[in-house]
Amino acid sequence: MTDTSRPRPAVEARGLHRRYGPSGANGFEAVRGLDLDVAPGELFALLGTNGAGKTSTLEVLEGLAGPSAGEVRVLGLDPRRDRAALRPRIGIMLQEGGFPGELTLAETGRCWAGLTTGARAVDEALDLVGLLPRRTVRVKQLSGGERRRLDLAMALLGRPEVLFLDEPSTGLDPEARASVWRLIRELRAAGTTVVLTTHYLEEAEELADRLAIMHHGRVVTGGTVAEVLAAHPARIGFELPERTGAHAALELPPLHGTTVGLDGRRVLLRTPDLQGTLTELLGWAARHQVELARLDARSASLEEAFLAVAASAAPTAAPAAPSQIGRAA
Amino acid sequence: MTTAAAPARTPLSRLAALGRAEATLLRRNRTAVFLALVLPFALVGSLRSILRAAAEHTPGMDVNGNLVTSSMGVVLLVVVYTNLTTAYTARRNELVLKRLRTGEAADAEILLGTAFPSIALALLQCLLLAVGGAALLDLRTPANPLLVLAGLALSALLLTALAALSSAVTKSVETAGITTLPLMLAAQFGSGLMIPLESMPDSVADLCRLLPTTPALQLLHIGWLGTDGTGPSAGFAGTWGPAALPLLLAAAWAGAAAWAARRWFRWEPRR
Repeated sequence: MTDTSRPRPAVEARGLHRRYGPSGANGFEAVRGLDLDVAPGELFALLGTNGAGKTSTLEVLEGLAGPSAGEVRVLGLDPRRDRAALRPRIGIMLQEGGFPGELTLAETGRCWAGLTTGARAVDEALDLVGLLPRRTVRVKQLSGGERRRLDLAMALLGRPEVLFLDEPSTGLDPEARASVWRLIRELRAAGTTVVLTTHYLEEAEELADRLAIMHHGRVVTGGTVAEVLAAHPARIGFELPERTGAHAALELPPLHGTTVGLDGRRVLLRTPDLQGTLTELLGWAARHQVELARLDARSASLEEAFLAVAASAAPTAAPAAPSQIGRAA
Repeated sequence: MTTAAAPARTPLSRLAALGRAEATLLRRNRTAVFLALVLPFALVGSLRSILRAAAEHTPGMDVNGNLVTSSMGVVLLVVVYTNLTTAYTARRNELVLKRLRTGEAADAEILLGTAFPSIALALLQCLLLAVGGAALLDLRTPANPLLVLAGLALSALLLTALAALSSAVTKSVETAGITTLPLMLAAQFGSGLMIPLESMPDSVADLCRLLPTTPALQLLHIGWLGTDGTGPSAGFAGTWGPAALPLLLAAAWAGAAAWAARRWFRWEPRR
């Protein structure tokens, strides 16, 4: 992964561990040996189920907590030792941030601007997230989604070089989510390095240059979206007709590189070559005048990769089944 | 002020930003405003009769002088200590402190900035008490104003740190009244506010002089009245002698409380 021709990563972690509580059975190790490289200007997504260790990892990268073992560098600096030098250059949005309920948005912004080096105008920051019309409203009157957007605005106040976003779109309605995605894309286009956690797969698919899927404190799968998908097969599902009359002795053709699963009359094919397998299948069906009921073809999705990871720590390989439909079906 | 061209923020500008926001919050909190503005002065009345009773068996006690310095102590306790215990607890439970820690402000700046308006309000009220006392009660001017200022500064610092510590064991704003009670009682009865130390048996008084809040509050007393109560006013030069030990103890307690607050303060609610 490290290549001398590439610039130093904006965010890097080596052998990161984070432990809560005492050593031994009474403690809990949330992060267990995590390696991470995020290139400058890259948008990196950390995916995982609840409890996978995403937030625990992010807190160490942000310098809010120390690792129990391992090394972290952000912009070449130690997030805790070099806190004073680093903080003005990064922006942080927590999964659950807090702003006093009795302050207005403008007052909240003014306070944060006073704490932030090189802060934008407060109204500009509020405008970025579409909250400018709400500037005189008290924070306690905001909806959950509006609070998330205020949190994001405060993270963007100092025009950070590296932005850490912990589940930035959780709790947003579809419209607000789309506008937050647009904003994140614009920041990335302007050269901001973004590290975000999410459990919305389409969010990672939509935004991320690279991603890592975490499970039980480790990165199980990582790479570009295409690379992660390549490791997972596409799926074709259909139902075969009753095996009567002309169909009684019907056999599926040998489909290259495909695994076949059977569930009653329902057939599920997994294939690395969706178009080729589908062509073969449809040709076969046409030749034998077989109707493939409830035909459904899907290319690999992050969701499948994710579910495969969630189902077990190791990437699952479906057991190979003969590409022939025997009597047992 | 939000000037777009502002360069790097300094600790002072961060304290000002935090203090300003907290002042707005204080103004909007009716309970806190009531407690801070009304209660201390309501106490002056009852304090006066308590001190008069004490004066009956304590020859040479200056009731009016004690009244002003004791009232200052009560103001500092209510406005700085109880108010801040509540404020720190509220900000923690709203996850405001957690969020602030993601920014550029250092931990101590966050705690001090939050304390700023309460301390300023308490000091303002002490000034009112001093001016009012001098005008209405015919008080002498302070024998050693430097000691009074040192007493006010050390009390404010100590009570801020103690508020942070108390809030560490306070789950919610509603229970702050209970968690602040032990120190409030100890300070009022043991630090010479309700019961002048000189009216106590010597052994009890000596013990009370070691309480965390006693030395700093004693400095107010010695600085203003020129005596720790065991003799007549010693004048400016003469006050340094009796003030030396309280000064040292007050600084030690403030330092210890600040250290303990740093060590045990909780930035996030328990889960």
